[in-house]
Amino acid sequence: MKLTINGDTKELKDGISLPELLIIENVEQPDMVSVQINDEFIRQDEHTNVVLKDGDEINFLYFMGGGA
Amino acid sequence: MRDFSDEELERYSRHIILQDVGIEGQEKIANSKVLVIGAGGLGSPVALYLAAAGVGEIGIVDGDVVDLSNLQRQVIHTTADVSVPKVLSAKAKMEAINPNVKVTVYQKFLDASNILDIVKGYDFVIDGTDNFSSKFLINDACVLANVPYSHGGILRFGGQTMTIKPHESACYACVFDSPPPANAIPTCSSAGILGAVAGMLGTIQAAEALKYIVGVGDPLYNRLLTFDAKSMNFRNVNFKKNPKCRVCGGEGIKEIRDYEAVVCEAKL
Ligand SMILES: [Zn+2]
Repeated sequence: MKLTINGDTKELKDGISLPELLIIENVEQPDMVSVQINDEFIRQDEHTNVVLKDGDEINFLYFMGGGA
Repeated sequence: MRDFSDEELERYSRHIILQDVGIEGQEKIANSKVLVIGAGGLGSPVALYLAAAGVGEIGIVDGDVVDLSNLQRQVIHTTADVSVPKVLSAKAKMEAINPNVKVTVYQKFLDASNILDIVKGYDFVIDGTDNFSSKFLINDACVLANVPYSHGGILRFGGQTMTIKPHESACYACVFDSPPPANAIPTCSSAGILGAVAGMLGTIQAAEALKYIVGVGDPLYNRLLTFDAKSMNFRNVNFKKNPKCRVCGGEGIKEIRDYEAVVCEAKL
């Protein structure tokens, strides 16, 4: 299936769950990333229930706390 | 309405000649009040550009003094300012650039006890703070006081920013919910920051403030602009206001409370 991850379209095997995708994509702190799938944010405690499907658009948004 | 002096007409001529700004837009800028929270990496360019632009009143908040390690990026401060309170150093440069601007200094750290009263008096707020407890506190206060603001965050070679119009566009908590646990996320002091990246993000925030004041263009509502200066890739991630947002959704927040300091340096 094709997934668009942070703007890049990738071919991945069918039936991947969100926690699996976080590992495949080398997301360093999976519990610290805000995940958005097709414009909806996925709550941390719902990650394990999410199975990705062909055409999903996924964004990983990271905390950035600096400013000074 | 106000009458600009010949000096002001000359000074702002490159704004006034802009079709989308004009004399009316420059009047709006001159009649506006902007609060800059933090006189550091982001606050420095923001304060300099807003003063140069002729924002009528600029408030600047910081409880810190200038440190030698700040000078690599906090361009409003000079070597001679080391150990001087940042707000006083900043005010001196802003007034030197543009004596028409009124600068109000708040030499203090913001917390739940004082933030609402300060934020309420302004048309737009800039988050130039360096820790999550302050960023979430500013979001809460701006939503509660219904004051639009610009979120900004930087780390290493990257930056992110969004503009929030409370109750109309998504807020910071719609996207990130609540502060990460202490020391879970690296900070500029622990992981570093390329000085120029602070300037890149700060000038975007200043431009957003001016766009909002003049009423021109599309602010960064309902989207997070992120960039990576290594690749020089810029991206917008779009989203909607979260109806279940802890802060701006449904019942929303009713009062301001402090978040626990979540980085080793919890400073404004
Ligand atoms: Zn919200």
